[in-house]
Amino acid sequence: MFIYADNASTTKMSPSAIEAMLPYFDRSYGNPSSLHNLGQEAMEDLVKARERIAQCLGCHSKEVYFTSGGSESDNQAIISAARIGSKCNKRHIISAVFEHHAVLNTLNKLKLDGFEIELLPVGETGRISPQQVEDAIRQDTCLVTIMYANNEIGSIQPVGDIGRICREKSIFFHTDAVQAAGHIPIDFNKQYIDMLSLSAHKFHGPKGIGALIVKQGIPLVNLIEGGAQERGRRGGTENVPAIMGMAAALEESCKHMKENSWKISEKRDRLIEALAQIPHSVLNGDRFERLPGNINFCFEGIEGESLLLLLDAKGICASSGSACASGALDPSHVLLALGRQQEIAQGALRLSLSADNTIEEIEYMVKTIPQVINDLRSRSSRWEDKMSGKVPFYL
Amino acid sequence: MANKAMIAMSGGVDSGVAALLLKNSGFDCIGATMKLYDHPNGESGNGKTCCSLEDIEDARSVAIKVGIPFYAFNYMEEFKREVMERFVSSYENGETPNPCIDCNKYLKFDALFRRAEELGCDFFVTGHYARIERDEESGRYLLKKGLDEKKDQSYVLYSMTQHQLAHTLFPLGELRKERVREIAESYGLSNARKQESQDICFVPDGDYAQFIEVYTNRTSPPGFFKDTDGNVLGEHKGIIRYTVGQRKGLGLSLTKPGYVCEKRISDNSIIVGDESQLLVKALVADNINLISVEKLITPIRAKARTRYNQQEQWATIMPTEENKLLIQFDSPQKAVAQGQAVVLYDGDTVIGGGRITKDIWRAT
Repeated sequence: MFIYADNASTTKMSPSAIEAMLPYFDRSYGNPSSLHNLGQEAMEDLVKARERIAQCLGCHSKEVYFTSGGSESDNQAIISAARIGSKCNKRHIISAVFEHHAVLNTLNKLKLDGFEIELLPVGETGRISPQQVEDAIRQDTCLVTIMYANNEIGSIQPVGDIGRICREKSIFFHTDAVQAAGHIPIDFNKQYIDMLSLSAHKFHGPKGIGALIVKQGIPLVNLIEGGAQERGRRGGTENVPAIMGMAAALEESCKHMKENSWKISEKRDRLIEALAQIPHSVLNGDRFERLPGNINFCFEGIEGESLLLLLDAKGICASSGSACASGALDPSHVLLALGRQQEIAQGALRLSLSADNTIEEIEYMVKTIPQVINDLRSRSSRWEDKMSGKVPFYL
Repeated sequence: MANKAMIAMSGGVDSGVAALLLKNSGFDCIGATMKLYDHPNGESGNGKTCCSLEDIEDARSVAIKVGIPFYAFNYMEEFKREVMERFVSSYENGETPNPCIDCNKYLKFDALFRRAEELGCDFFVTGHYARIERDEESGRYLLKKGLDEKKDQSYVLYSMTQHQLAHTLFPLGELRKERVREIAESYGLSNARKQESQDICFVPDGDYAQFIEVYTNRTSPPGFFKDTDGNVLGEHKGIIRYTVGQRKGLGLSLTKPGYVCEKRISDNSIIVGDESQLLVKALVADNINLISVEKLITPIRAKARTRYNQQEQWATIMPTEENKLLIQFDSPQKAVAQGQAVVLYDGDTVIGGGRITKDIWRAT
């Protein structure tokens, strides 16, 4: 059996997204900036794609900027807001400890330029409360950036409420919606979002393409200088095939969002119930405000890396913390932020489902994962020490 | 089913060839590298140490060339706790630590070894130049020197247990370094000409004193150089800046060459003497690990090595209290440093070894 349960890392492309890309490789391959007909055809489709994407997100097509993906979008959004802030001497930025590294490392860089970065702690279930944001806002706050849903533990944040608070105080609000777009409803305008990042390969689109949605009137800072593409805010010939793939994938995801969400979360709950039966385990993240496909557990006495390799040998693709540059797994900053001990955080398992996962696959995982964990524990000296009472249990 | 083996890969030639040899003799292999630390300012880039990000990439590309799956595992916590902390506190206690031995003991042959077991591997494989044999008579696994005397690494492996030896393979033990290079080159392993690691990996620039001061956020206080009679000879710049046996860079004007003989933490002084005062006739070692014998009850004759690249010296070994040995040299030895390992040999075979304690008897 082969089971792909790592959809928060990346997804399999949908056939319709692949189909949508193909004409732009060898038939409508013109450069949208060219004056000739071939180029203009591509330009027309590009304009339409922008509109289709805007429709899915409740924004205006003029507010859609294509980027290379979530990380670039996060970088550009934060740097742009910081630039505007520094012009009026506002150098305080509010974010959260469990953000993606694309956000955290950009903020770290700004620290060197004299910005004060305030990272809000997250509660036990991995949520930020609107009150926390409101309390943290100061006269010199120029940006609040809080993710829509966490990539590791799947907890969904009260984005609309945070947006309203920021709008009332005229502070820019950016949200990294990489895990949310195409999976849960987003309404850019109604949720008072000023900037939003998304990435196509998380919703069955191609890799290397994403978008930054920016409320009209906010001047972006260019990360890539060049031609007048993206209304002068990102140079470089547009990746037309990828943009077409993204538009098709997002449309498809949004069209089936309700039924998929229902179907997937049913499977998620089955897995959560089953894995919670494993002794000395804990579910990470919020039980209810949770992405439909996300399951994240810590198992005491287990090393996540071994668990992943043994599951891989049984045909299950899963993941743990976020991989670092070397490909080794770093202990997850998200789990540490929830207050998990280092040792416990090392024994994490994230399963992320898509609509492709079948009931049979779920039942296979329900059967196999506890076996593998038992097996690993029986060979672990750390577990032995805990069972014999030499070392206490945390969970 | 083929035996399964995990090869500890550093990105260097030796572990690459070890992987190749195992694969070619039909083992089901996986390659693994330990991520041990992050360089504070990105990469050092001198390429002389192991386990940097670049080395992990080298190891990965060697594994791909050999055709085996490869994984990098994160052991930064363990490395900090078991190797860096020990290194720093040992230095601060006036000792001369050997972090590579600790890394073998606590990381390679413990954390990674256990990982191999967890993943169902029958054998754990490294590119060390040493051999493992089973003594039919006693049933014990023996650790022996590598056949290439110049490259022999048995000294840093003395803490291996019987269980570890039973499940470890050293494919390079019978080979000479030149042959290993030839094999590497003939298979086009991309790093075949790479410089070998020399420095302590987490101190890439070799400035231990600065590393320790940054790590602990404390400066090592200045104190006095003294002669063996306790007369003050001058002022030193902090005890961690000097090594036993050191002659250059003391900044003393003496009538004859002076050597660091001892670092005395009790009064923060450094004892400087002439060459003869450096000589040690006996020492006590603790943290003993015995390999070829289960225990020592009566005194034995053996050859001892107190530094990595030293010729072994004849000595009489006497068991004293539990887990301690008294080692008396036939002829006095230079620059014996507390904190270093002493390893005992019977010909090519490692009897065992331990850590040199502060109990050192000088010849004069």
